[in-house]
Amino acid sequence: MNSDSESDFLRFANVQKSYDQKNLVVKDFNLNIPEGEFLTLLGPSGSGKTTVLMMMAGFESVTSGEILLKGESITRTAPYKRNIGMVFQNYALFPHMSIAENLAYPLKIRRIPKSEIKERVDRYLELIELQGFGGRPPGQLSGGQRQRVALARALIFQPSLVLMDEPLGALDKKLREQMQLEISRLHKKLGFTAIYVTHDQTEALTMSDRIAVFNNGVVQQCAAPEVLYEQPENAFVAEFIGENNFIFGVVKEIRSNVIEIEISTGEMVRARKVDDCQIGSICKVSVRPEKLFLISEGSQDGSSDNNVITGKLLLRQYVGDYIRYYFELPDEKEVVVKVLNDHTAPNIDRGQTARLLSKENDCFAFMAD
Amino acid sequence: MTQLPSYYKFWHKLGHYSLKFGAWSVLFFLILPILVIIPLSFNAEPFFSFTRGMVTLDPDSYSLRWYNNIVTNDNWLLAVKNSFIIGIFSTIIATILGTLAAVGLSSQYMPFKRVIMLIILSPMIVPLIIVAAGMFFFYTKFNLAGSFAGLVIAHSALGIPFVIITITATLSGFDRTLYFAGLSSGASPVRSFVDIVVPIIRPGVISGAMFAFITSFDEVVVVLFLAGPGQRTIPRQMFSGLREQINPTILAVATLLIAISVIFLVTLEVLRQRSNRLRGLEGHN
Repeated sequence: MNSDSESDFLRFANVQKSYDQKNLVVKDFNLNIPEGEFLTLLGPSGSGKTTVLMMMAGFESVTSGEILLKGESITRTAPYKRNIGMVFQNYALFPHMSIAENLAYPLKIRRIPKSEIKERVDRYLELIELQGFGGRPPGQLSGGQRQRVALARALIFQPSLVLMDEPLGALDKKLREQMQLEISRLHKKLGFTAIYVTHDQTEALTMSDRIAVFNNGVVQQCAAPEVLYEQPENAFVAEFIGENNFIFGVVKEIRSNVIEIEISTGEMVRARKVDDCQIGSICKVSVRPEKLFLISEGSQDGSSDNNVITGKLLLRQYVGDYIRYYFELPDEKEVVVKVLNDHTAPNIDRGQTARLLSKENDCFAFMAD
Repeated sequence: MTQLPSYYKFWHKLGHYSLKFGAWSVLFFLILPILVIIPLSFNAEPFFSFTRGMVTLDPDSYSLRWYNNIVTNDNWLLAVKNSFIIGIFSTIIATILGTLAAVGLSSQYMPFKRVIMLIILSPMIVPLIIVAAGMFFFYTKFNLAGSFAGLVIAHSALGIPFVIITITATLSGFDRTLYFAGLSSGASPVRSFVDIVVPIIRPGVISGAMFAFITSFDEVVVVLFLAGPGQRTIPRQMFSGLREQINPTILAVATLLIAISVIFLVTLEVLRQRSNRLRGLEGHN
């Protein structure tokens, strides 16, 4: 955890949420968010991430625990007094107001003088590159433009905290990537603290300073994207973030933080210990498709200090920038290997066997469930 | 005329044309009794039928004397005044209460939604004569029978269901996150409601108000039970006019009522289209 002075900005302390007094949707949520951070709440639908955001915004009550903003509890503050910007998934632009009126609305509420409102609306229209669109109704704008307006409306009253609830969910892939850049650019430029909810892990990885991965109302891991991807703390994170292979085997040996398992091919695989496994129990080892190296049968390169798994090729999929190979192990589990399409991708035919090399540090051992 | 499909045989054609004939006759019998009133109200003679002169379009057979009769007859003037007073006040009450009820009933947190809705809509479902009789006995206890206040309350109760129905329909297309967006912009719940919800549901509110007004304006059963001599409304006056002094004055009044109804209907249609356009902006297009 960060030092106190840094993490004082926003703090969740033992926050719980229940809709029916029985089942907790959010269980004991604790998190410190330093000022200026871009934090993403990532998780499957129903994992509690949106509920946390709604409690933050004040649209849902907190069942127990406290939310502290700059050291003061806002747990029981009315939503309109929190001074928090919010971007909604469906834009939520006021259809009966023009773009400029939409942007001016939060300022009008705050009784800012007319001349200043006009000046600031113009500045923010420029910021989102929609100069000259001020007079149009929201209905005449494209999805991407509407979302930029929604973003500007959440930022225009200069809140120190901005919440975003899957703001890019309704856009197509290309526009989404463009908007990710746009949001990151605005975040860097204006320096607000952002809490961003998404179920799209690529979005989370590319935009965030830190990601909190949610499942069943519990934060599974909260860390920087690289850490989350490279050092998952549990099987859920390993499986949810990015693509992962899981190879099952019996634990044969445990050294301080390395586990050795025997997999269905009879080969031994060494992996970093994440869960506490017992000798003789079944465990699964995760390894990313791009961290496996393909070597055709017979070649002995690098076998000595790497894990070796022999598999039979089921399918070769040409994706374009890379090639995917699907291998089958004797226990009928599949292993995917991703190879960059740089003319070194080996030519293997269906049914042929090949050896897949991986480094011990790229393999993580979890308890099999 | 649409072209009949080429595979149509005799029985198909017969079915097609009988359906057409049936549909047109229904429309004919619905509209004709209403339309026939209009020329008759300009009758120069005190009859309820077309005179020879009217059929031959002789200008002398037509006159405005029955319209003149309305303006000069104190009973009619009082009835017109009463109708507007009761109509306007009951419309205001029905619109305010109906709007609030519709907003509450559209909330996802509202318990017993269906039951409450059913109770509020019941004046529309229960036969009016029963409602009127019930009101008569009930209002007498509170000294409301034979008073303007009683009639305004009674007509408000009859108008509220229409307001609720039109506004609920408008609200079903209303995106609640707009209201949340208002809150997160810093507007209080009341301010968000006034600035954001009301303008968007305004077409529904106006058409609900018009239905409420028409309901009060047309209503005769409750008035028969509750109104004293001082509260005669137009329908009540027409009713007694039919029995007491039969002359085409009531036809002139009826024509005026038809004109008002048509104006209202056209206005409603214009509002409906505007509301659809407003909601169209909401769609992901």
